[in-house]
Amino acid sequence: MTIMQIIFLITASVTLFAALMVVSTRKMMHAAMWLILVLFGVTITFALLETRFFAIVQLVIYIGAIAILIIFAVMLTRRSMNADVPQVNRNWWLVMVSSLALFVGLVTVMSVWEGFFVTARTAPPGGENLVQLGTALVDPNGFVLPFEVASLVLLAAMVGAIYVAAERKEK
Amino acid sequence: MNATLVIEWVVKSLVIILVLTGGFAYTTLYERKVLARMQVRRGPNRAGPLGILQPVADGIKLIFKEELTPHNADKFIFTVAPVITVVPALVITAVVPWGREISLFGRTFTLYLSNVNVAVLYILSVTSISVYGITLAGWSSNNKYATLGGVRATAQMISYELALGCAYIGPILIVGSMSLVDIVEAQAGVWFIFLQPVAFLVYFLASLAEVNRAPFDMPEAEQELTAGYHTEYSGMKFALFFMAEYIKMIAVAMIGVSLFLGGYLGPGIDRFPILGPVYLFIKVAVWLFVIIWVRATLPRIRYDRLMALGWKVMFPLALLSVMITALVLLFVES
Repeated sequence: MTIMQIIFLITASVTLFAALMVVSTRKMMHAAMWLILVLFGVTITFALLETRFFAIVQLVIYIGAIAILIIFAVMLTRRSMNADVPQVNRNWWLVMVSSLALFVGLVTVMSVWEGFFVTARTAPPGGENLVQLGTALVDPNGFVLPFEVASLVLLAAMVGAIYVAAERKEK
Repeated sequence: MNATLVIEWVVKSLVIILVLTGGFAYTTLYERKVLARMQVRRGPNRAGPLGILQPVADGIKLIFKEELTPHNADKFIFTVAPVITVVPALVITAVVPWGREISLFGRTFTLYLSNVNVAVLYILSVTSISVYGITLAGWSSNNKYATLGGVRATAQMISYELALGCAYIGPILIVGSMSLVDIVEAQAGVWFIFLQPVAFLVYFLASLAEVNRAPFDMPEAEQELTAGYHTEYSGMKFALFFMAEYIKMIAVAMIGVSLFLGGYLGPGIDRFPILGPVYLFIKVAVWLFVIIWVRATLPRIRYDRLMALGWKVMFPLALLSVMITALVLLFVES
């Protein structure tokens, strides 16, 4: 076993344990902290594959932006300090069944894909090719359609957020 | 990966951390001295000649102070929050080059810890982590003032991060690389402050907001929030917040100097590469002087004005600067 494998095993077990804690801990703020640990574990996994760009983008977007918004929302929630609120509502079994079905379905679909059984390779030295990634995102033969659709969805979400947050004048 | 290389990295990392913590101690003295002179006072002058032992005295005092933890605070988060604040501040300058190569003991050393191709993104990601410390400190104290300070800090830092990110793009576009070594070397002819004056201005103001310095020190506005997010902190935990603030000041100065003021470059650098750290030090000292000068001169701005300035003035200005830079570069190329 190489050092890299040991590091990977530690990272993976910590990530999975933290993921379990996210849904099982009683305090909301602690759940958010565990979530950050999960996201950090994913960052380390990216770094182990020597994909510097993805590791850092994971850090900036998930830990730096999304998780901080979650923490912000928890801070503004009433009684976020106590743990005496019920943890589940009465639909918990429905959620469990559907998430299990989603997991099984995803694994089945993914196992058809040939890349599913390939051993992970590290990126070439010097990191991944950023120019190629950039041009692929705006190339009509590449990923321009998903890219544009994603930006449209984000725009719609932004307009919606402004509408919800805007102060409405009486009368 | 051989042993000497690992030792070299460890030594370089230690030097960076020691310089930053030592720099923190003497930046406090520097600030008090400069502020005092601007207000026609003398400043600290009792501990040692010219008061140079004042930071040591302050440190000893803080170590022996009683540590208080509020009864209803979230103990774990309350304890780790200062650590989360300090660590990003300490690691952020790992990608800032101090100079070129020098020969020492028959070996050639590079005067930077790492030259990664995503250095600028690395800086952005680390700054975004440092928001956590302040936010969590404010929340876990279970105190109204501290929570309000934490909420303000989060909103302010997230808002100004956008403008800050856009200010980085100008130099990156010109150089075509995100490595800070490449960016500094590209300024051998002309500093980017002359090519990117708007981006420089946006960077300067946004970095002040990012490190919560006057006139953007809303998270700790004494008159409204007593001391903001660190109201409940005392002793060494408070000292860690204090330390993080000053180290971040040094860090944004080092990054700004590397991006816009030619970093370690200066006359005679080609013949004597050892001058690199000296030029960097001088430029950082000037930058810190301006930061302190701003604090001595300008009153704190109101919170809604702060947000309006961030979103309605600086962010569009930074975007416009990025757009014009890109267009001019395209025009020059074709």
